[in-house]
This record gives sequence, structure tokens and C-alpha cells, in this order.
Amino acid sequence: MSTTDRFIPDRLQSPLERRLKSWESLLLLVAIAIFIANSFASPYFLNAWNLSDATFNFTEKAMIAFAMALLIISGEIDLSVASIIALASTAMGAAVQLGAGTPVLILVGLGTGLLCGAFNGFLVTRMGLPSIVVTIGTMSLFRGISYIVLGDQAFRGYPADFAFFGQGYVFWVISFEFVLFALLAVIYGVLLHKTNFGRAVYAIGNNPTGALFSGIRVARVKFILFLLTGLMAGVAAICLTSRLGSTRPSIAFGWELEVVTMVVLGGVNILGGSGSIPGVVIAAFVMGLVTFGLGLLNVPGIVMSIVIGALLIGVIALPRLWKMWRG
Amino acid sequence: MIRRNFTKLLAGTAMASAFLASPALADDMRIALVVKALGIGFFEAAAKGAEEAAAELGGVEIIYTGPTDTTAEGQIEVINSLIAQGVDAIAISANDPDALVPALKKAMDRGITVISWDSGVAPEGRQMHLNPSSNELIGNMIIKLAADHLPEGGQVAVLSATATATNQNIWIEEMNKVMGNYPGIEVVATVYGDDLADKSYREAQGLMQSYPDLDAIIAPTSVGIVAAAQAVQDAGKAGEINVTGLGLPSEMAGAIESGASKSFAIWNPIDLGYAATMIAHALATGEATAEPGASIPMGRMGEVTLDETNSGAMADPFVYDASNIDEFKSIF
Repeated sequence: MSTTDRFIPDRLQSPLERRLKSWESLLLLVAIAIFIANSFASPYFLNAWNLSDATFNFTEKAMIAFAMALLIISGEIDLSVASIIALASTAMGAAVQLGAGTPVLILVGLGTGLLCGAFNGFLVTRMGLPSIVVTIGTMSLFRGISYIVLGDQAFRGYPADFAFFGQGYVFWVISFEFVLFALLAVIYGVLLHKTNFGRAVYAIGNNPTGALFSGIRVARVKFILFLLTGLMAGVAAICLTSRLGSTRPSIAFGWELEVVTMVVLGGVNILGGSGSIPGVVIAAFVMGLVTFGLGLLNVPGIVMSIVIGALLIGVIALPRLWKMWRG
Repeated sequence: MIRRNFTKLLAGTAMASAFLASPALADDMRIALVVKALGIGFFEAAAKGAEEAAAELGGVEIIYTGPTDTTAEGQIEVINSLIAQGVDAIAISANDPDALVPALKKAMDRGITVISWDSGVAPEGRQMHLNPSSNELIGNMIIKLAADHLPEGGQVAVLSATATATNQNIWIEEMNKVMGNYPGIEVVATVYGDDLADKSYREAQGLMQSYPDLDAIIAPTSVGIVAAAQAVQDAGKAGEINVTGLGLPSEMAGAIESGASKSFAIWNPIDLGYAATMIAHALATGEATAEPGASIPMGRMGEVTLDETNSGAMADPFVYDASNIDEFKSIF
């Protein structure tokens, strides 16, 4: 790794740069506003157990979103993550039928995630295929395998201690999933913002050719990012399967879009090159708080989707509108 | 529906941007009717029935809710928010019999009455399950529908879904058990349209060619019945061959109008929502207990008796004909 890559900036050089720098603070303000609005809107909101329950709305998706953020910053995308969850969960369910215990289930879940990630990564980095096309394909492929295996059946009978990952609490109202979420946030934050690998990810996203000529092994970095995304989908599969206590092929259906929404809301440039992990963390909270707050008011799900969509467009458009108004 | 959603949209946006006060009256009993997904006519009708029950009971607030698409994960989020609100009872039509169990168990642990209706939850995740009807009642109903219009007896054929479809096979089996009650009715053939419109249509055509004296086609599947009615209509035999079985009013309105079908049956979602609410109320107030053999009152729907898995059947499938099709065709 050369020393020059230290000087490649975190953000795209653009007139928007100054606005983008305050992205996290803007998002944090939105999160605080939603939190306050929620506590006024519903008498049930400010309750430790309820807030703890609310975290389950986003922890699993956010785990994938961290790896997805790096992948999108590098200029690629993985739309097959929800299907990887389905396949990993199906593999774990099959292992249970063969008498596997919890440690084996964890290995099966993570292993399936890694294999799927490796398959995506191979097709993109070795065959040179565009990641959006490859992962739309594998999105159908991975879930399709689950459907072939399970049909309209379900895998049940997970061991009792397996329930800890999705239903267990580490301390008082702090769930295992939330601790894992926080831990992964720190790990990915350090990986992206404090290591040479993270610098390389930004460099590739900004200018892949330039990165290559700077001595960065572009294909290898991208392959690792696909592996990490697959691995995180495997982690999410373990948590979700444990929380549901069963596997059906429709598990986590449609999550890929929610994960991408979380990443983009977090300020990651969908075209690659910029973004941060703190942004994604705050975006996860924003989405979780909005969904839970509206849920407490019994707002129908379809209206929730509208609010999330409006929020996404609003937060993205705000800096531009601001600039237009000023300029 | 549109108006209610609009109001909620206003509420939602108001919340997201500003402050909103005024939660519901706390002393009302709150019963949540959780459906597979919002925006489905069948469930909107069930909600109407739930409101009817609430009005009859008094002091009951119905929370009609569900996810955007028919996923277990979506329903779990809904259940979590209902637990947070401390509702008194949850009556759910489940998207997944197993995945909802941990969430519903948690609800029961926090003192919430949980029942499932329409689409059930595994026994450990609910106190009781209300089936719209039972296999015996359905098996009897489909042959009765045909026999009622054939006082002199006649030939009927069955157009089923796939040869391996569990539900249809059980119903046909139950139908065969009660054939003795309908003398003069002869089942000449059973064919399979695989729940595909075009295959069902061709199978119905085949039946008419093979059995020129055919009087009725029984299709205990909503796809098959529509295709068979169309085939009869296209063959110019409407009024001559009666297509009956299980179908949806919205899809069958045309066949009733043309005379290709004199009547058909399916559960009535209004009654189902009504009965589920009545049961949830009876269990939440302690008027009744859910245990094998127990009878739970359902207001105007009578009583439901629970079997050893704590599930019970509401009633005979509801019969739709020219007299009521207009009322129901816009519902589901």
C-alpha cells in the first residue's frame, strides 16, 4: 500500500462538500426530533422495555447495512442480501433436522453467508460482470433454492439455547442483538475510517482506475467486501432465525431495499466514493424510531412506507434545496 | 378505506414533523384485529364485523392493523407495538404459524389475550384458534349446493385443484362420506385443473363433452369455479349446468348474473371478524376460558366448541346467490 492513498479525501470533491460534512448532524437532529415527537404522540413510547422492543425493528438490517455501506462506497451493490438470509436460514434449518447443535448452526449460517458472498464476489471481480445485474440474479437464485428445499413447509425445532441470539438479553433491557449491533458499528467504523483498507475502499469508489494505478488491489478489496456483506447477511440470518424460531423461504422478504434505504439515508453516495458509518448508525435509529412511533399510533404499514420514502427524499433533497435557495 | 388512510397519513406526517396529543380513552377495552396485510377486501370486511361486535358489546375499541405485505416479520413489528401499547387482546390472522410464536408468547406473558382466526398460529402461540368452518361442514356444503338445485337427482362432476392439494382432497373425502344423504346424486368424475385458469377451463370443457347429461360441476377451489363457470357460459350451457363450490363473490358475480352458477359458498369475512372479536372479548374479560371442550359465546353467531388443540369452527360456509351477491362482490 503506498502512502499517497492517505491523502485521498473521504468525500467527493464537490460544491456540496460543506453541506455533506454536516450530514450526520442533520440526521441526528432529525432523529432527536422524531424521538421527541414520539414521546409526545404516544404515552407508551418512553418505556425502557418498549424502546428495547423497538430496536429489533432495525438491528438485523443495520448489521447488513454496515457492510453494504462499504460495498456501495466502493461503487458496487449487493441486492441479494435478503435472499442470502433465506438461504442461510434454510441451511441452518436443514442442519437442525440432521441433529446439529447451536455451535454447528452458527458455523452453517456464517458459512452459507460467506459462500454466497464469495459467489457474488467471484462473478463481479473475476468475470467482470456488473454487480447490480449479478446480485439481481443471485437474489432469485438464493431464495429460489430455499423455495425448492422448503416449498410451503417450514423448518422448526431449533435448540432452546439457539433462541438467545434473537430473543436473549445481555443486561436488563439491552438485548444481545443490540449489543452485537453496537459492536459491529464500532468494528466497521474503525475498518472504514481508521485503516488502510478503508482508505482503499474510498479510493476505489472515487476512481477505480486511479486506485489500481496507485497499487491498490481493486478486485481483491471488492471481493473481500462481497465476502463481508455475505457474512453479515449470515449474521443477520442467525439473529432473525433465532428470533422467529423457524424458517420459511419467504423469510426477510424485501429486506434488500430497506438495507439500501438505510445506507443511502445514512449519507452514503449511491454512486460510490463517500459516506460514513456514524451516518448509517443514525439512519438505522431514524428508521427504527419512525417505524415504531408510527406503529404505536397504529398507522397502517403502507402509510409508514410513504413516510419513510418521504423522509428519504426529504433528507436527500434538503442540502440541495438549501443550496439552491442560498445560491 | 381511502378516507381512513388519509386521516392516518395526516396523523403520521403530523407526528413526524410536529407534536400530536390525545391517545385513546384508557378505560375502553382495546382489542387488536391483526390481519395478514392491509388493503385486502376480505380483511377490510372482517374489520367491519369487528366494529359491529364492538358496537354491540360497548366500551370496546377496535385497533385494525397489519403489515404492508404478507410477511411474518411485518406482523412481529405490529405485535411488538401492540404489546407496547398494552392492548387487552390480539386476534390475528397469521402469515406464518411458527414464526409468530415467540412474539405472541411474549404478548401472553404480558397478560394479553391472544387468539388466531382464519389463518392459525401453532397452539403454543395462542389461547385458541377460530376456523371459519370445518372440513366436515365444507364437504357437506359443496354437495348440498349442487343437490339443492337437483330435486330429481342427477349427475355431478368435481373439478378440483391439484391431485395432491390437501384441503381439496379432505373436502372431497368429507363430501363422499355424506353422499348417502343425497339420494339420486351421482358423482361421475373428479378432474384436476391444478388451480390454473386455462387448465381448469379445458378440464371443464372435457367434462361437458364426456358427460352430455351433466347437471352440475362442483369446484371447491376459487380458481376452478371461475374457469368452470366461464367454460359453461362459453358453451352456451348457462342455466343447464350449474357450477358451484367455493369461490369469491367478486370473481363470481358475473357467473351468478349469467346463470352459469346458481349459488356458491365461502366463509363470510364479516361474520369471522365479528366472531373473533366476540371471542377475544369473552376471553379477555374472563367470561370464558380457552380449554379443550369449552364453549365460548360468539354473540349472534352462537357458540364455538373447542377441540383438543383449542381450535373450533365458526359455522357452515356462507351461501352467496343472486339475492346477496351485489352486496358482497365489492367486499372481496
